[in-house]
Formats: sequence, structure tokens, C-alpha cells
Amino acid sequence: MLNKNGVPDLNLIKTRFPKQEILLKPKAITECYEDIPCNPCSTSCPFDAIHIGEDINETPKVDFDKCTGCGICVYNCPGLAIFTVQIIEDKARFKIPYEFIPYPLVDEIWDAVNRNGDIIGNAVIEKVSITKKQDRTALIQVIVPKELLYDFITIRRKL
Amino acid sequence: MRKVELLIIGGGPAGLSAAKVAAEAGVKSLIIERDFKLGGQLVKQTHMFFGSEKQYAKTRGIDIAGILINDVSKFPDLVQYETNTVVVGMYPDNVVTILHENKYSKIQADAIIVAAGASEKFLAFENNDLPGIYGAGAVQTLMNVHGVLPGQKVVMVGSGNIGLIVSYQLMQAGVEVSHVLEAAPSIGGYKVHASKLKRLGTEILVKHSIKKAIGEDYLKKIIISKLDDNWNYVEGSEQEINVDAVCISVGLSPLSTLLSMIDAKMKYVSYLGGNVPVIDHNHETTIKNIFVAGDVCGVEEASSAIVEGYYTGLIVAQRLGKEHQNHDALFYDYKEQLDNLRSGPFGEKTRLGLQELRGELDVK
Repeated sequence: MLNKNGVPDLNLIKTRFPKQEILLKPKAITECYEDIPCNPCSTSCPFDAIHIGEDINETPKVDFDKCTGCGICVYNCPGLAIFTVQIIEDKARFKIPYEFIPYPLVDEIWDAVNRNGDIIGNAVIEKVSITKKQDRTALIQVIVPKELLYDFITIRRKL
Repeated sequence: MRKVELLIIGGGPAGLSAAKVAAEAGVKSLIIERDFKLGGQLVKQTHMFFGSEKQYAKTRGIDIAGILINDVSKFPDLVQYETNTVVVGMYPDNVVTILHENKYSKIQADAIIVAAGASEKFLAFENNDLPGIYGAGAVQTLMNVHGVLPGQKVVMVGSGNIGLIVSYQLMQAGVEVSHVLEAAPSIGGYKVHASKLKRLGTEILVKHSIKKAIGEDYLKKIIISKLDDNWNYVEGSEQEINVDAVCISVGLSPLSTLLSMIDAKMKYVSYLGGNVPVIDHNHETTIKNIFVAGDVCGVEEASSAIVEGYYTGLIVAQRLGKEHQNHDALFYDYKEQLDNLRSGPFGEKTRLGLQELRGELDVK
């Protein structure tokens, strides 16, 4: 449970996902379940696709028609609570925030990890981006099996 | 005795912000900072801040320190500062004694803003004085200011934002944080911070605390225990964990003792972290021309300390006869920012605390 150990329930996670057919294009998923005073996801979005409103304690709402899955909100979220995901046949392509060094290298295979910290499969590293604009939060693009759509959250170097 | 227009005690987010706005209005200030550099606790915050753009949300704390220091450095004729200098005494008639390199001297000011911040609370348990047991702030200073690791395997006691953030920073530095213990029935800080840690493999245990530390010359292991609904250890629930460091992060207390020296009216308000000065809506204490800003008048996030600093600097400038040219607009803007930062569930403690401080709340 989110309040007890930091792991949101599957039902809660699914409230942040659109229908799977919408995910044929990349979309941002905001895993921000709590009213905290924060709004950089909304102000950083170049497409006006994330709305919080006047009261910055509200949780963000993504307009999936406007969201292009560009990933700018991913590295602008102070809580590292946003990723993008796209379904490509039997795979899912994620862009996740990553703040550990050394960074992965393209084509490496890392462990795919779930919200509980368990290894749940393999993640193939497709792109590693760390520009000045990202302010030391890397954006890692990975491919995982589609079955991990609601489970995958981060990567870990294989031991 | 030296005389200054505005004396600011503490060069952290509140003190720097106050100096900036006061300087914009033409007020000359002197900031006294006990550390060897300005910035307060911001200098060791490597994470991105929350809040809105006006409080530098998504900027890392250490870079916010740089921005605030740069802001005051634009007024070299108006804002002076002395680091490595401690205010050791406060007296009537706006006089303070400072200590710098073993020399005492006195300063008198037309107005004073106390922006001394807060200090960490500690926790009583057997052998809590063993080397290897740190406050979370000390760990951050060692690690993020001096580049020294506190240990290899750490247990964090306390799941407020500081506990969660420092745990994440330890993991970034390659230190294993095996557990975060929380005595309360739910996680204290932002859940996004907890989720970040959990996915790294850290176990977060609510209704748990440390019972004792074990070691001869230094910490070797700890015994942790479940807590029942009355915060008592549950017999037979003990677990032994091998660690070489324990980090205590169980809250902060306002550093308000200087204000007690001049008989400013104080009040114990648990919601605000402890003993705080009684202040009016202008952040003025019961002693005329002595103001406060930041954690010293109630423990909150640094974002609020920044805005409180701006707000207090604005009001003090007016008091000193140098009203800021945008006084009215800024006054409402700062008030609105503070209300916005405090309006959610995490602001409840501050809202209730301020009501209690002003005698607007019935307390048992």
C-alpha cells in the first residue's frame, strides 16, 4: 500500500493509464497520487497537455489528445513520478528518469524492476539522453515485454 | 559598537530572501552566518525542489542557494555578510553579541530579522551515542558538502521528507539503505519519495522503530522492533540488522533560543516543531522591530522559508521608512504564495500551528 510501503496498488496505477489503444502513441503517465504543492510537470509541458490549475496542491491530469510523449515532464518532475510509455506490438517502450551513475549504454540489457523493487524481466536500453536542460536527470528509453506494462518502473544493472 | 540598519541572523533561504527584498527597497543589511558559507541547508540539497516556479520548483536545492546568493550579490553596497560568525547573545535595544575567530563584538540594529532555522531532534534508545549513529543533516553535510560517506550499510529512522530524501541520496552515493523505519502507522513524507526508494529495493516499515544499538567502539548492528498502537515495543517482534551507520531523522525544532534572551513572548506549538516566538501577521515578535522568518517560527519546507523571507524583508523595509516601490503587489503575491504552499494536506500542520500560535484554535 502506498501509505505503508510506497507501493501503489494495481488499481490505483491503472487510474493513471489511458486505454491501451491510446498507447499506440507514446503518452506520459503521471504517478502522482497525493495532493502536494508542486506543478513543474504542468508548467514545463510545451503542449499544454498537463493540467494542475490554480491550486498547486491538486494532482496533475494529462490530456492524452495533446500529450505527444516527448518526455520533457519526465525529467522536470521533482518526484521522479512520471514516465512515458508506448505499446509497440508485443513490446512496451518506456522513457524513465534515472539519477544514478554510471549510466547504462545503448543496447545493454538491464534488469526490469517493479514498484516493489523486484526484478521482473529484461529491459533493453534503446537511448540514453542527458542534456544540460535535463539538469542531471537522465532520460532512459527502454524496451520491455508488453506484459510488464503496469509493472515496470525502473532498471537495475545486472549483477 | 557597530550600528547597522537591518541585521539578519542566518544566511539561509529565509535570511537571503529577506536581504534581497529589503535591498530592493534601499535598506542596508548585514547578514550574520555561522557556517563558512551562505546558503544554509540548501547547500546540501541535491534533489529537485517542489512548489511552483516562483519558489524555484524543479531546481536543485544547491542551485537555489546559488540563485539566492547571486540575488543579494547584485546589491554590494547594501547587503554585507559575515560568515563563520555566530550570534551568541541578544539584548534589549536591538543589540546582539557576535563571536568571530574568538573575538566578541556588539552590533546594534534599527531592526533585526531572526532567520536562524531549525535543529534536528534526536531519539532516545540504548547506546545511541555509538560512533556510526548520525542525524540526517550530518549525513548530508558529510556526503554532499565534504564528499565523505557515513557508512556502507545504513538504516534510516524516520520517513519524513528528510529521511526519505537523504536515503535516496545515500543510495545515489552507492550506500545501501536496507530499511526506513517509521514509528507512525503511515509514511510521513511525500509518497513519491517513498516510491523512489522502494523501487530501489529499500524496505519501508511503518509502526517500527529502533530499540537498541550494538557495538563496542563503533556501531555493528541494531535491534529494531514493531510498535503497537500505543507506540510501545511489541515483545518478540525484534529483528537484528547488521549496519555500520544509522541515520536519525525524526523532525526538527525551531532554533528560537536567541529570542528567549530578550523576553520575546514564546509559545510551545507542537504543530510548528516546538518553542516558537509569538508573532503577528507582519512576522514581528512581541518586541518591536524584532522580526522572524523561516523555520525559526515554524518548521516547513525551504520553499516556504524563501517566501517568508521575501515577505518579512518587504515589511521590515516599510517599517524602516523605505517602502518597496511594488510593496502592495508583492505583499499580496507573497501572501498568496504562502497560502498556496500551505493549502494542501501537507500544509495542515502549519495552518493549525499558526492558528494555535495566534490563539485562534482550541487546544485540549
